[in-house]
Amino acid sequence: MPKIIEAKGFTFYYSGSTKPALSDVDLSIDEGEIVIIAGPSGCGKSTLLRSVNGLIPHMYSGTYQGEVYVNNLKVSEHTISEIAKHVGYVFQNPENQIFMFSVERDIAFGLENLGLPRDEIRERVDWAINLLGIREISLRAPHEISDGQKQRVAIAGVLAMKPRLLILDEPTSLLDPLSALDLINTVNRLHDTLNLTVIIVEHRLDLLVSIADRLVVMEDGRIICNDKPRNVLNDEKLLTIGVGVPSVVRLQHLLKDICSFKTLSLTPSEFVEQINEALG
Amino acid sequence: MIEFINVSYIHQTGVVALNEVTVQFGKGELVAIVGANGAGKTTLVKHMNGLLKPTKGTVKVFGYDTTQQTVAALSRRVGIVFQNADHQLFSDTVEHEIEFGLRNFGFSDDVVKQRVDWALRFFGLKEYANTSPMMLSGGEKKRLCLAAVLAWDPDVLVLDEPTVGQDLLHKEKLEQIIRLLLTQEKTVILVSHDIEFLWPMQPRTVVMSKGKIIADRPASKVFTDDYVLASARLINPQLVELSKRLKLSNEEVFDTIFTAKRWFLTKYRWS
Repeated sequence: MPKIIEAKGFTFYYSGSTKPALSDVDLSIDEGEIVIIAGPSGCGKSTLLRSVNGLIPHMYSGTYQGEVYVNNLKVSEHTISEIAKHVGYVFQNPENQIFMFSVERDIAFGLENLGLPRDEIRERVDWAINLLGIREISLRAPHEISDGQKQRVAIAGVLAMKPRLLILDEPTSLLDPLSALDLINTVNRLHDTLNLTVIIVEHRLDLLVSIADRLVVMEDGRIICNDKPRNVLNDEKLLTIGVGVPSVVRLQHLLKDICSFKTLSLTPSEFVEQINEALG
Repeated sequence: MIEFINVSYIHQTGVVALNEVTVQFGKGELVAIVGANGAGKTTLVKHMNGLLKPTKGTVKVFGYDTTQQTVAALSRRVGIVFQNADHQLFSDTVEHEIEFGLRNFGFSDDVVKQRVDWALRFFGLKEYANTSPMMLSGGEKKRLCLAAVLAWDPDVLVLDEPTVGQDLLHKEKLEQIIRLLLTQEKTVILVSHDIEFLWPMQPRTVVMSKGKIIADRPASKVFTDDYVLASARLINPQLVELSKRLKLSNEEVFDTIFTAKRWFLTKYRWS
């Protein structure tokens, strides 16, 4: 499977800091994976993302060792705009990203900056609008739409650039629970349809773990777990470092000494199925 | 303590943000205000310290009509921590940020010093005392806002989306602070989408939709009611979903993982 991200021994110190924000990070992500990055505040999640989209080392000054590659491009040797063709980045607060007078114009903005021909811009904007199901709001102003819709517009604007990798920074934190669930289902569908690689940074794992291929946990600038979500969540030490382990998983840890489960269930439905199977 | 009587709030654009809302919040209560984005939750909260005045109806805070009071006087008793920390922080250092409210409310130098020191330590901000608030991370900024408000010891604490950007350890700390405030008979009002955070505390739950209050009941009677949940774009917390899949009655629904553990031990005679 081709690699879309490869970090090799990457260490980064922000200017003036004596403590590394990232410490000897090795991470390799295959094309088409959905990866969650979790960890307590200040563990280095944002720094890692900045190292992938080129803001580090090009915008944030500091010193680094090792290298990060995106689609085989050495991030340190390519400009942010070159890297941006491969990496679509959706900020936590879509308001930081949406600023044009209409949804449609906003989605076109990035494409206009790429200098694409008019017809292609029109075609791609249409494609992204259909993909995210936002046709009915396409002529509205960003301040007239809901937060869940704003999040979709931000994703549409990023996907119109046809990146291979979509990065979402805490995409559900400002959404009501149903909108959060809708967004996660949409991301999963986009992944399936476009064979998109998706990296999601999240504190809360309850809605996400069942769609992810991998869960990477960071602490103090290092990667401390990197495996399938089921295997990572099986490790009780996660409970002590500040990762939002779903209640149903925490319950299984509580019951572990009393009743052994064949595998760790990630959702209430899986858990009840397992109980029924084992105990009838 | 806080009383809304037939309150409507209509924006200049004509949008009705609150529609004939009548609700009361009493001493020592823990109340969650939930509902979809744009349901009117933040507008409701902004009436509690007079930042917004009703277009129609009356809001009374400790018996005083908010239209007759200054925001400063009301804020002394009702402290609000807003969702976006950047809207609340403006001092040059973290220490001065906490001092600001205390000085404005006329506390003596000794008390200011003592409370600033307490707040810095309690919220793990001591090392940033002389740092600009703008240099803090999102999670730290939110903790600073909470520290600054708690320092002046209001009777009612209103927290708008307090768990956004907070990791589990800070959420646990927040829960401890809330429980501590309740033991001191403070009123705590939480506006939050984070149902997994709210559920184990079993707050009285006020559900808003399109500017109206559509339910005002204990959490156990809101989060098990699929009709109310759908109207407010909420979903079952995991423990409620688990209880339903185990076919438990609404009275038996697990509030915490410890209740769930006890149930399994009894049901399957595990020991």
